[in-house]
Amino acid sequence: MPVSSSPNGAARAQAVQPDMGIALQAPRLMPHAPILQVTGVEKSYGRIRALNAVDVIVYPGEILGIVGESGSGKSTLLRMLNLEELPDRGDYRLNVPGVRSDNLFELDRLPRRDIQIRHIGIVYQHPHLGLRMRNTSSGNVAERLIMTGERNFARLRAAASGALAASEFPLARMDDLPVRLSGGMQQRVQLAKAIALRPALLLLDEPTSGLDVSVQAAVLDTLKRLQRETRVTMILVSHDLGVIRTLADRVMVMRHGEVVEMGLTDQILEDPQAAYTQQLVHAKL
Amino acid sequence: MNRLMTLTAPFAQEQQSGYAYGFLDEFAKRELRRTMLKAVAIPGYQVPYASRELPIARGWGTGGLQVTLSMAGPESVIKVIDQGADDSVNAANLRRFLARMTGASTTTDTLHATLIQSRHRIPEERLAEGQALILQVPDPEPLRRVQPDISQARIMHADADYSQMWLTLYEQLVHFGRFMQGASYPCLVHGRYVMSPSPIPRWDTPKLHQAAHLTLLSAGREKRLYAVPPYTDVRPLEFDDVFFQVENQATWVCRQTGARYKFMNEIPQADGSVAYELSDTGYAAKLAAARAGTPVPIGPTYFDDKGEFYHAGFLKS
Repeated sequence: MPVSSSPNGAARAQAVQPDMGIALQAPRLMPHAPILQVTGVEKSYGRIRALNAVDVIVYPGEILGIVGESGSGKSTLLRMLNLEELPDRGDYRLNVPGVRSDNLFELDRLPRRDIQIRHIGIVYQHPHLGLRMRNTSSGNVAERLIMTGERNFARLRAAASGALAASEFPLARMDDLPVRLSGGMQQRVQLAKAIALRPALLLLDEPTSGLDVSVQAAVLDTLKRLQRETRVTMILVSHDLGVIRTLADRVMVMRHGEVVEMGLTDQILEDPQAAYTQQLVHAKL
Repeated sequence: MNRLMTLTAPFAQEQQSGYAYGFLDEFAKRELRRTMLKAVAIPGYQVPYASRELPIARGWGTGGLQVTLSMAGPESVIKVIDQGADDSVNAANLRRFLARMTGASTTTDTLHATLIQSRHRIPEERLAEGQALILQVPDPEPLRRVQPDISQARIMHADADYSQMWLTLYEQLVHFGRFMQGASYPCLVHGRYVMSPSPIPRWDTPKLHQAAHLTLLSAGREKRLYAVPPYTDVRPLEFDDVFFQVENQATWVCRQTGARYKFMNEIPQADGSVAYELSDTGYAAKLAAARAGTPVPIGPTYFDDKGEFYHAGFLKS
């Protein structure tokens, strides 16, 4: 919709963004270009349609929550976003310095892996998926730096302890094997591994589902602090509406591989429009 | 006459006589030579080949033996080493078999040999251009410990994705404060492929770097052959600030020859003490002969009498 703006506003816009030229931009809720833009993702496993024409747009620095029942395609979508798995169809663009603006789904294995390592971090529900259980916790974190070519032991140590400290992991245990750690600590190691290279995008797949309430709260606090300090963009998958309410700015509701509803967290949770969302919210509250 | 028969005509006679020079039939040798050429063309890359049956068991040096058989001619001079020794049962058997099958002469002197088949050691005297070192390899895959799935490991080789090897080194430093791998220390060949240099001790690993000789590594049981061509970079994996180091045997003195700064065997004594002997028996015999007054030419060694490696600065401390 074209929006007329006063000359005053035009001058202000030019003062703020001098390199934008004279073209005026319509006022928007989100001032920036989206950092992640996924359109028309489709994926079938045999007869089962796991994702059906799913679009996702995420803006820099926001937390997008994805909710839905088991089997709704949340985790499949997250695996696609992490470039672990490729969809049958779809377009994936990441607006990050250093990443070409091509469809990431169409890249070759090697450049795709490079983007995955440098720009995307992921925390899985099960630590076994994200961690090497036979390697030390610090080694798990250091591996991310080794992957990008760091070959200095002292710097690897420093970076590993830095990332573990940032995820509030007790440094006295940084050389313990993850199998010897509690569930909450394992999730912190995963988080440290995910943020070790300061990715632009952090994917969280039910990061606190296996934890008891008090530990869950502590991990959520860490996530919130991290987001405040680094302004990293997060996509948080959870079936727990409490977690979503605490963290997410916007929510996407999924069912049967389709997006049912999308909007601001408060809006969706307080005033759900779709029948399925209403059911979901009331079942929880 | 079909095409196959046309192609095989030159070998038909051999088929009838039932005899092939060098034990392997001509096709087998031709395939092996092609495999070797490919291995030399892609340093450190494991080339698959059809490992033939031999009159010794798989795992007893069949890989090395096939390479030696297909390289040897009547004019070749063959030396066979088993863990440094020329006189062990395995070395003596292989040497006798090679001599009988190829008519080649044999030697224990590294300087005279043209083909050196070896298990677990590289001689102390420097090999020269024109010599070929054939190492028997039990397990050619350096990624085996970090990736048991061989097809995944091949993808990792293709991507040059060796971060897990450095992660292993990181773990060793965290747990023990030093690199723990004692033999078959992984090396990066020509800046591209990580290879396992067969279970030679760390002491021998730097000898492959910018070497004048050709090294062929062959695993008969695993059916893989790889090579280090002459004057190729072979760098043991290390960190920028923590370096690869060879065994420290500075205080060990050979009880027979008085030599130092060479790789030693540790020999426990009845009284609980330990004696040391040169592991390279061919070199030890020459030192002993020189001591007894017989003039024998002794070549320059990789490590000098002060323990300095001949490529100055390659081993950092």
